[in-house]
Amino acid sequence: MPRPSSKKTEKAVEELTYEEALAELEEIVSALESEQNQLEESIKLFERGQALAARCSALLEAAELKVKQVAGDELIPFVDVSE
Amino acid sequence: MQPTLFPQHPQQWTVSKLTFYIRRLLEENEVLQDVWVQGEISNLSRPASGHVYFTLKDSSAALRCVMWKTSAARLGIPLQDGKAVEVHGKIGVYEVSGQYQLYVDQIRPVGEGALYQEFMRLKAMLEAEGLFAPERKRLIPAFPKKIGIVTSGTGAALRDMLNTLRRRLPLVEVILAPSPVQGMEAPPALVKALQSLILQSPDVILLARGGGSIEDLWAFNDERLVRAVAMSAVPVICGVGHETDFTLCDFAADLRAPTPTAAAELATQITMIDLRATVSNIQSRLVTATLNSIVEQKSFLSSLVSQLRYASPDRRIQSELQRVDELSRRAHSSLYHHIQLQSAHSQGLARRLEALNPNAVLMRGYAVVTRKDDGSVVSRVVQASEEMRVRVSDGEFEVRKIENRNS
Repeated sequence: MPRPSSKKTEKAVEELTYEEALAELEEIVSALESEQNQLEESIKLFERGQALAARCSALLEAAELKVKQVAGDELIPFVDVSE
Repeated sequence: MQPTLFPQHPQQWTVSKLTFYIRRLLEENEVLQDVWVQGEISNLSRPASGHVYFTLKDSSAALRCVMWKTSAARLGIPLQDGKAVEVHGKIGVYEVSGQYQLYVDQIRPVGEGALYQEFMRLKAMLEAEGLFAPERKRLIPAFPKKIGIVTSGTGAALRDMLNTLRRRLPLVEVILAPSPVQGMEAPPALVKALQSLILQSPDVILLARGGGSIEDLWAFNDERLVRAVAMSAVPVICGVGHETDFTLCDFAADLRAPTPTAAAELATQITMIDLRATVSNIQSRLVTATLNSIVEQKSFLSSLVSQLRYASPDRRIQSELQRVDELSRRAHSSLYHHIQLQSAHSQGLARRLEALNPNAVLMRGYAVVTRKDDGSVVSRVVQASEEMRVRVSDGEFEVRKIENRNS
């Protein structure tokens, strides 16, 4: 599994979707578990990992069901008339 | 001759025996044990026991009916006097009152029989075409990002499904294609709604409708809709009516749900609970992996430090210092020992010397006698002269020999 290199442009954590954040977090944990890392590298990976985990949790907690409706070829927001 | 079920008939019966005979006759008749009867309800009675009693009649005859509490509980339709119904059950005889009656297990509105036959005909035809084959069923994605819903825009089904999705997986995006769900206009509208949803590429589509009679649900047996469901490019979960309602769309769909709520549940196999647990687990792994990594680093460093210490001149110096100490201690001790020996030796010599001291001899009372003329020591009588000197410890004096005496 290739080590996540610092050369790869890393997106800001706040811009990641739940899936993206989770996937990167998995990569980081794999790297930490399987490879010999320098101490500084380990710490950096850990910090990014914590930020990603926090992002995932935040997205989960803030999630609100998005409901749209088809109208012809387009989507319009769904208005719940029964409420 | 075949044994008969009935004993030899008596010439004169009792009421009980005759009634029992009639009962056996009716209850052993296969036709009478499985009948559908059409008529109108009258004299409806629902006492506290929960059992239902009524008379089914038409223009020229009447039939007493009883429905036990357990069957009555499953009734899907309200009963009232004057209602035209089709009733299913078996004939029996209530001996106590000498009454034959129909023991009812199902009641349906008139006309449902015809619908049911149409249902069976269509089902057979479409099944023969292979539309319901199990191999055609696709797996529902475990973690959908987009869910499509075809149902009435108003009504409890939609509300229940949205609540279920909100609770289980609010991350998901829902696209609704509202449509009438009963009446003549329903089947083509439902087909159109389904197709417009497929264009949005959801991961799964829920086709749903709340409970109702077979007529209410009839749109979901419409051939056009059933074919559209079978041909759908997106997996379809069909949740129409109640648990016991089966429509042809249920057979054509990739998965059947007993109710709309169940359809929403089946579409979200992974829920918030699973997602939270996933994040929590992976976070634990992150912490553990980092700690392990650090511990490994520490122990590597530790071993390097040990090696360094071992190779350090400091150690060599300590070692040498210790050696010097050791040698110096040994030197000291040996020197001391040497001095002790010398001291003892010279003390010994001194004592011996002391012992040999002529003065000591003289002190003990011995004297040294010498001849006056030549000073030679007189140790034997023949050596004695006329005049001699006697040396004692503190001086000497002269003596004149008187006479020789041998010892």
